[in-house]
Amino acid sequence: MATAAVSPAYAHAGASEKSGVWSWLTTVDHKRIGALYLYTALAWFAIGGTEALIMRIQLQGPNGHVVSADTFNQLFTMHGTTMIFLVVMPLSAAFFNFLIPLQIGARDVAFPRLNAFSYWVYLFGSLFMNSSWLLGMAPNGGWFGYAPLTTMAYAPGLNIDFWMLGLQILGISSLAAAFNFITTIINMRAPGMNLMRMPMFTWMAFVVQFLLVLAFPVITIALVFLQFDRFFGTNFYTMTAGADPLLWQHLFWIFGHPEVYILILPAFGLVSEILPTFSSKPIFGYPVMVYSGILIAFLGFGVWAHHMFAVGMGPIADSVFSVTTMLIAIPTGVKIFNWIFTMWGGNLRFTVAMKFAISLVALFTIGGISGVMHASPPADLQQTDTYFIVAHFHYVLVAGSLMGLWGGIYYYFPKITGRKLSESIGNWHFWLTFIGVNLTFMPMHWSGLYGMPRRIYTYDAGQGWHIFNLMSSIGAYIQAVGVIIGFWNLFRSRKNGEIAGDDPWGAPTLEWSIPSPPPEYNFAVIPTVTSRYPLWDVKSPQLTAEVPHSKHGDERNDVQVGGKHVAAFHDHLSAGTPEGGINPNAKQASTKVPLKTAEQLGIPMPFPTIKPLFVALFMTFMFGSLILIHKDKTDLAITGVLVFAAAMTASLYLWLTSPLEPNHT
Amino acid sequence: MATAVATHAHPPTSTGLDHRKIAIWAFIGSECMLFASLISTYLIYKGRSVVGPFPHEACDPPKCATHLHAILNIPVTSVSTFVLLMSSLAMVLALAAVENRGKPGYEGIMGSSKLWLLVTAILGTTFLGFQAYEFTSFVHEGLTIRTNLFGSSFFTLTGFHGAHVTAGVLWLVTLLAIDMKRGLGPKDAILVDISALYWHFVDVVWIAIFTLVYLIH
Repeated sequence: MATAAVSPAYAHAGASEKSGVWSWLTTVDHKRIGALYLYTALAWFAIGGTEALIMRIQLQGPNGHVVSADTFNQLFTMHGTTMIFLVVMPLSAAFFNFLIPLQIGARDVAFPRLNAFSYWVYLFGSLFMNSSWLLGMAPNGGWFGYAPLTTMAYAPGLNIDFWMLGLQILGISSLAAAFNFITTIINMRAPGMNLMRMPMFTWMAFVVQFLLVLAFPVITIALVFLQFDRFFGTNFYTMTAGADPLLWQHLFWIFGHPEVYILILPAFGLVSEILPTFSSKPIFGYPVMVYSGILIAFLGFGVWAHHMFAVGMGPIADSVFSVTTMLIAIPTGVKIFNWIFTMWGGNLRFTVAMKFAISLVALFTIGGISGVMHASPPADLQQTDTYFIVAHFHYVLVAGSLMGLWGGIYYYFPKITGRKLSESIGNWHFWLTFIGVNLTFMPMHWSGLYGMPRRIYTYDAGQGWHIFNLMSSIGAYIQAVGVIIGFWNLFRSRKNGEIAGDDPWGAPTLEWSIPSPPPEYNFAVIPTVTSRYPLWDVKSPQLTAEVPHSKHGDERNDVQVGGKHVAAFHDHLSAGTPEGGINPNAKQASTKVPLKTAEQLGIPMPFPTIKPLFVALFMTFMFGSLILIHKDKTDLAITGVLVFAAAMTASLYLWLTSPLEPNHT
Repeated sequence: MATAVATHAHPPTSTGLDHRKIAIWAFIGSECMLFASLISTYLIYKGRSVVGPFPHEACDPPKCATHLHAILNIPVTSVSTFVLLMSSLAMVLALAAVENRGKPGYEGIMGSSKLWLLVTAILGTTFLGFQAYEFTSFVHEGLTIRTNLFGSSFFTLTGFHGAHVTAGVLWLVTLLAIDMKRGLGPKDAILVDISALYWHFVDVVWIAIFTLVYLIH
């Protein structure tokens, strides 16, 4: 067969990689951009975690005075902003970048250079926002930045300027990436990869892109109003001019609640990849998992005001938002049960990735249940602005999103680097994290119910909060040790980990059919997909025999897709791949034959280019110049904006007029 | 190896559509939420300004220091709205000219994409001229972006729309430059197609703004 002639030969990890700083600055390869997102987000994770640790040291006992009240405000604001916008979203973006093209059988994203642009905007935007620390003027208005408290009258410092301009820049990164991924998923699926055959991660990523596209413009406008108020003296948030004190809250939470699902759905997707593999069972109720993901996203736009029960919107608004919020628990509960049924009766393998995934299922449920409690306005009025809320969203975001993302890192690290993370070090990482997370956030339920307010920088003795705060602080220290061990694992396994081979876990989806790390072109031959579990069809057909939309299930049901009978054999996937079975310890034979380059195979690859980096850099400077208005240097600000806008436009022009890739027909 | 070579070219897209066409629709979806936020804010703040000038009603002492008449000039804006709508027609003709280059019925004026791109750009610029005139006259009559809630929300909303028209005009001029340099043929239709989608979207938004801001009291 012709396919045999071009089937990928095996090379061990890291062979034939271009390296050097310049190759990273100019890369347009979705896999390398994914790696950049991953390592940048982990660096910010260390910083955001340090901010949390300082707060926990302060709150460890009564009357702590390690930092001042003002510094404490900056710490909790930047902790929240960093963890949401600079850690969890970019970690998800790392997986979007790395996985979407691999899972749908594509060679890159639809717009490779736009993809590089998204990353550089994220990097420069995050640096811009955090540069405020150097001036001692980090944002201090909370991650939600409630106006009018953030208007010039109440927040005269530069702190809020850094925050709002930084978020504005980061929003551009997310939007550009979302347009790119929507196009990629709609338009670049391999033949036969119809929507209901897409891996669950790609499905959840797809849903998240729509949330991004529809939610981010709203906060963009809320921030534009804030910028105009602060810089040009408009009245959007000026109460004396008749403004509505709730305008910001509504706009912010119309963005803010979908944002919650932007943070959790990618982790849900990763868990939906990990559980079937390590249970050796197809995911339970695939279509329902897809539909409940879509339903969560849809309902997510109709619940925002549950963040605002305490402002007194009246019984009708409160009731409506209470009911919609409770409704969201249904599709979420469906997912939880489907994960449990996926594991039920499976041949479970408790790898570190699996442990992280299971802990998401268990701990997210705790956060989900306390979330349903807030859905009731009378209960919420007791809980709002207390540590009970802090406990709730940390169970959702740390024990949920972050656990899922760590699971994803352990699961996909072999594909990203060609080497497995150490399971023994990973076990320390997992158990310390698991114990630390619960010890930190579980007692916060009690300190909250005993009345401890959020965001206070210190508290008196004798209020009944001490013991819970002490537990939380000890838990935070344990988490820190766990994270350091996890970082060490990442660092040492990059060079010294066990060679992974193509498919170290016995997984069912396309990304495991190609070498680890994948060659720059991903697939030497674009695969033809005939089922949801192409690799299991080849390697362990007994696992998919009962599944409709699997190859064997289709044979059984005689399914026709697009007028064609779909029971074609996955020749191209098995060609050159030794039959591995699902034994996780089976190693692929690693030969020294280097992978063929894209050039040898005649695959046109996009040119590396520095231009997206420059566009991103000048755009960040352009936004950053606005901050000078605050210092009454309006002329300088206008000059800066114009100069950098011109530089940005020139770079953009060069970008758009240079060809993407070598000519071919 | 013939089959192997065939597999190396870019595979056809899943939908058969160009990537850029899908991306521009996603972008337009996003822009809908952007303008929805702006328009909602304008409507929420309608009638809440504590000082004049007001859009539809006069303001007399003692509420305002002097007599201020209703500020919106609906006849003039109707003309500029008509101009913008006609630009969409010219845009349709420009796209048709590019797509059908060389086909019967597209000789002469109907086939001149340069002409229709130019007309679209000129009509867009005319609309911007009207807006500049409107903004200037409002400032002369005492309404700036800082005066009251109406001023803040009106100038921000229409200013954002004007910025979108400006970007569209620059896009059209770029296309015109390419057309002059090497000519746009059916293979380049996607370039004109996505700019046309954007242009029509900006037009549709203006219809909403004209109705909600200008016509409805």
